[in-house]
Amino acid sequence: MKIVIAGGFGAGKTTLVGAVSEIDPLTTEEYLTSASSGTDSLAGVEAKRTTTVSMDFGRITFTTPRHIVLMLFGTPGQERFRFTWDDLSHGASGAVILADTRRLQDSFAAVSYFEDRHVPFVVAVNEFDDAPHRYSCQEVRQALELPEETPVLLCDARDTRSASTALITLVSYALTSSRHPQTLQGARP
Amino acid sequence: MTDSEMADLDGPAWADDDAEDVRPYALTNGRTEPRHQMRLASMVVARHEAKTGLAPEAESAVALCRSEPRSVAEIAAVLAQPVLVTKILLSDLIDDGALILSLTSDATCPDDPNLLEALLVGLRRRFPDCG
Repeated sequence: MKIVIAGGFGAGKTTLVGAVSEIDPLTTEEYLTSASSGTDSLAGVEAKRTTTVSMDFGRITFTTPRHIVLMLFGTPGQERFRFTWDDLSHGASGAVILADTRRLQDSFAAVSYFEDRHVPFVVAVNEFDDAPHRYSCQEVRQALELPEETPVLLCDARDTRSASTALITLVSYALTSSRHPQTLQGARP
Repeated sequence: MTDSEMADLDGPAWADDDAEDVRPYALTNGRTEPRHQMRLASMVVARHEAKTGLAPEAESAVALCRSEPRSVAEIAAVLAQPVLVTKILLSDLIDDGALILSLTSDATCPDDPNLLEALLVGLRRRFPDCG
């Protein structure tokens, strides 16, 4: 099974994967060739370029109540990497979107991506010591325009207890959603 | 001279991205498509019969999935090769009969309530301190 940890650059994805994984987090690399857009484009040039994108990988193996290998994929949240997410999100049971309140706008792409694909997700607000202002879950929910049923929780990605709570909250929510598909506003395609 | 000064002298001629791009596809004899359909989360496992005479990367891949199935993502990370290159290497090993592609891993339904419930129980046991 598979859970995606998504979030903007520096939001704490690697840290969260490392806090719960039974192996040291690994870095999986992939070459991506794409027509560049936005910031990459050179005016008047139809540029195609190969970039490398890195994903964090971790896993947890369960033997009881049944054998399950849970794979954790930490994925870059930048808009221009969205096309890499299709393989990542394929077959994902859910996603933890790590929101960095210093750059909340980085979370928008992830929220709309998983909403569009009806993949259950929770938003974990990573608490950074140097954040100028601590946002409440309610403030983050409003800013990201999340429906009431989407779980939003505060999270310290460095702390195993806090990181695993985010996973448990997600799986619990995914389980509820699978029994009551209308909570996800439509069935999974 | 320090290492970083040495690196500066070596400079862009060897350190640029293009130079790095060469080797992975040399490993695949220039092929860019795996013969077997695999995803990041697809699992492969080594067959019991030992294969000899494999290339070092192939040897490492087979050794890694000797005891239990491993995902494409993990094998790629351990081999330090891009995912696509890893898929091509694994495809060859499947054709050679050194590895078997696990079909169950790709057939898993991600929103199967029974699986999610088992996962939830497993997580709560693993992390009993959590709320």
